[in-house]
Amino acid sequence: MTAVLEARHLGKRAGRATLLDGVGLSVAAGEMVAIIGPNGAGKSTLLRLLSGDLRPNTGEVRLKQRDIGSFTPRELAARRAMLSQHINVTFPFTVEEIVLMGAGERSLREAGPLVDAALDEVGLSRFRERQLPTLSGGEQQRAHFARVLVQLACGEAEHGPGLLLLDEPTSSLDLRHQIDLVEAARRRAGNGTAVIAILHDLNLAIRFADRLVVLAGGRLAADGPRAEVVTRERIRDVFEIDAVVHQADGVPYVLPQSMRAAMPPR
Amino acid sequence: MSVAIGIEARSARRSAGRRAASFAIPLLLVVLVVTAIGALTVGAAGIPLSRLPAALGLAGESTAMTSRDQLVLWSIRIPRIAAAAMIGGLLAAAGAIMQGLFRNPLADPALVGVSSGGALAAASAIVFTDSRFGEALRFLQTELLPLAAFAGSLATTAILYGISSRAGRTSIAIFLLAGVAITAIANAGIGLLVFIADDRQLRDITFWMLGSMSGATWTKAAVLAPVLIAGLAACAFIARGLDLLVLGEADAFHGGVDVERLKRISIVMVSAMTGVAVSISGVIGFVGIVVPHLLRLVIGPAHRLLLPASVLLGAILMVGADTLARTIVAPAEMPIGILTAAVGAPVFLFILLRQRGLAAL
Repeated sequence: MTAVLEARHLGKRAGRATLLDGVGLSVAAGEMVAIIGPNGAGKSTLLRLLSGDLRPNTGEVRLKQRDIGSFTPRELAARRAMLSQHINVTFPFTVEEIVLMGAGERSLREAGPLVDAALDEVGLSRFRERQLPTLSGGEQQRAHFARVLVQLACGEAEHGPGLLLLDEPTSSLDLRHQIDLVEAARRRAGNGTAVIAILHDLNLAIRFADRLVVLAGGRLAADGPRAEVVTRERIRDVFEIDAVVHQADGVPYVLPQSMRAAMPPR
Repeated sequence: MSVAIGIEARSARRSAGRRAASFAIPLLLVVLVVTAIGALTVGAAGIPLSRLPAALGLAGESTAMTSRDQLVLWSIRIPRIAAAAMIGGLLAAAGAIMQGLFRNPLADPALVGVSSGGALAAASAIVFTDSRFGEALRFLQTELLPLAAFAGSLATTAILYGISSRAGRTSIAIFLLAGVAITAIANAGIGLLVFIADDRQLRDITFWMLGSMSGATWTKAAVLAPVLIAGLAACAFIARGLDLLVLGEADAFHGGVDVERLKRISIVMVSAMTGVAVSISGVIGFVGIVVPHLLRLVIGPAHRLLLPASVLLGAILMVGADTLARTIVAPAEMPIGILTAAVGAPVFLFILLRQRGLAAL
């Protein structure tokens, strides 16, 4: 299968610090990839390079067989959508207005069905007239996810399966909405979208993706099927914790050893 | 399942807020016309409504009275009202664009030194063209002032953006403080010019500091019109970009906005609109804060509507304020900047206090 996204020898420096060094990654249509790694491993930098937002110092990123730097912002937006981590909206836009921003120049009349579907998918239909800044952090994150879904749908209607990038999309979400988001992303992958997400929760990452990419110190530490990537040794090397890796229905799950259950005070 | 609830909630909420949006523009147009007609009738020489059609040359035969009325209207009052309306529109729209650009409802060209930068450049132009060195350019003074003010405003806006924007994020605190510093520097420059200016220049410069429409002529109104028209046309072009910019520069880019181009266009627009307005009326503060803020409460923050509505409400407020300025202490005239500050500063404080709860500076 041809790759939707192909990155070769990516390197990024900021001043004298090396953020990323020699990272290569190829993602096919319909694939779900989770990027994991400790703080400062270069995960967000990698995602920003893959989104075309940052330019690499070395290497190149190709989206649909074309250098990502050669797209105009508008062309790029029609082929890849990205959900960032912290978005602080200062003006009193309603949830509906924010979600509609994903639809480009289309009016509410044209993009209405897409907006409705996305709001329904993230469970915010009844908040559509609420002003975004009045919602909780998790609800705002879901509204932005709905906006990104609308953008993806609009782009895919014209250019076929695209690329969906998610930077810690579950950081403010409760358990149920974490699972909902993973399911929503999986549905996109089922339709051919290539999905890449940075996730901090190892077990959620394992659930989310059949392929894990591990970054450590700006380098690729591992890239492969979850059962191969998630081992006790690798978790010790990369995250510097001792953990037990169990299997449930052929899918690994991780339990950090040092995480003892809280005891009632004596 | 939740769709039904959604529709219910939708109809319940729609009624209060954004429904007003659909007839905001026609309503504002009507209010502007009414305000302008009111402004035509009052002044040092009162022209009652009954004499207005004849004075405008729309009806009735010529008498001595009508020809006096016509003189007052066509050579003094109409150009002044037209200039006030356009200046109000320019300042309010410049405020709205600047607030979108900086993602901050407190941004205002007058407050953060863009107007002062323009005024400094304009005052410099006055002193320079009056001096021996600038003698050759003196005949161009009318044309030179708006250009100088535009250049001064542009330089100030660019410096402000450079200082307060780092890696795509704009710090509100640094932005406001930088604005205070830039205003102080520009005012020091104006102070220096005041020091070296002769009596006539001094009057001209003082007038810049307080703001007044009294210098409005047809020539000056003719300078404003193309800038306003070009600005309105450009507003339609940048509206969606400014909407997305509320998400931050990176996310606006992810959404398909050419952020660098949007920033350049916005900075040039704010500078041109503020600079040209300042070159004719002097520094008039707070219109750019009050107008967009009031409108956002009623029609929402989407720029496609906010920008043209700001032009109209800014025009209404400025025509109203100017009418007040030339009547309350008649036969003298109050500087209009005093009036707008008296209304605008409390609104500014109100927004600041409300913001304090939402986000720490």
